Amino acid sequence: MTVKDIVDALNLKVYSGEAGLNKEVVGGYTSDLLSDVMGNAPAGSVWITLQTHVNVMAVATLKDISAVILVKGLEPEANTMAQSNNEAIPVLGTNLQAFEISGQLYNLINKK
Amino acid sequence: MIVKADLHIHSVISPCADLEMSPVNIVMRAAEMGLKLIAVTDHNSTLHGPLIRTLAEQHGIYCLYGAEVNTREEIHCLCLVDTEDQRQLLQAFIEQNITRIPNNPDIFGYQVVVNEHDEIVQEVDYLLHAALVKGIDEIAEFVHGIGGVFIPAHVDRPKYSVTSQLGFVPPSLSYDALEISRNTTVDSFKRNNPIKPNTQFIRNSDSHFLSQIGTSYTEYNLENLSFKCFKDSILNTGSSTVLPVI
Repeated sequence: MTVKDIVDALNLKVYSGEAGLNKEVVGGYTSDLLSDVMGNAPAGSVWITLQTHVNVMAVATLKDISAVILVKGLEPEANTMAQSNNEAIPVLGTNLQAFEISGQLYNLINKK
Repeated sequence: MIVKADLHIHSVISPCADLEMSPVNIVMRAAEMGLKLIAVTDHNSTLHGPLIRTLAEQHGIYCLYGAEVNTREEIHCLCLVDTEDQRQLLQAFIEQNITRIPNNPDIFGYQVVVNEHDEIVQEVDYLLHAALVKGIDEIAEFVHGIGGVFIPAHVDRPKYSVTSQLGFVPPSLSYDALEISRNTTVDSFKRNNPIKPNTQFIRNSDSHFLSQIGTSYTEYNLENLSFKCFKDSILNTGSSTVLPVI
């Protein structure tokens, strides 16, 4: 499954990092503590969070995250989008809250 | 003059602070501990600043105004200012931007403003622990815009710190100093966290109980006891200096 497949299936907004839409996704990780994500997120995950700070992209790069989904309609900061484009890691958005989008993503990935 | 300073002290306004943390008691304890410079930094509140400054002056102690502001990322940051105008600007900024959640004193504790006789004169009805809707960069910009000093608090701690919430200190963050807790050393923190060269470190008590005031502190060599000289020492813009923090 690619990031693009998830964008289409879950009706996500693509804010930035379009060059990374063909990245493979193997799982997901939901957390708002970047130190926790740095320690525990598996590579190839889609990371679901409410954090919009540019450090999100540094952690995503470090952990080989496939894409970031911002919840509750939150929008990335300008430098976060710039870094997302540089690293080709898409920043996506949904109006759903973390529990709902996590559930939908879990079902989608485990359907296969 | 060498000045012993503790710039992170909570008063009874903070729901988590002990009810003995009244302005009178704080100043008495600060005097006993030999502090010459203090700051009352309640969670998202500056309201005890003026009374504590007045009381402190009677002991030859200078009290900075400020607050421990909780950013949108839930990072605690010391925002320090000097004049009553600056304090009111900071207070208004907090009140405009804090997420309004009613305080339940049974769970979080009372949030009271008291006078010099320890009589309650005001109770804050929204939860002061809540986060502002402004991110850390916006808050730093605001504080600098009003001439204040911006210091991310207890940066080594595993909760409510820049490292716990954002993973590491953002290279782009405009801070004036970093506060470390008593649980680490500057060398140890630097080993584990890449930060800008020439970063100024300070240590304070983060007191919630009277017995904690002045148990961690930083010494400054100030030309005179003023916010200007304190700011000069932090920014390295004059002859005043921060004595090395280990």
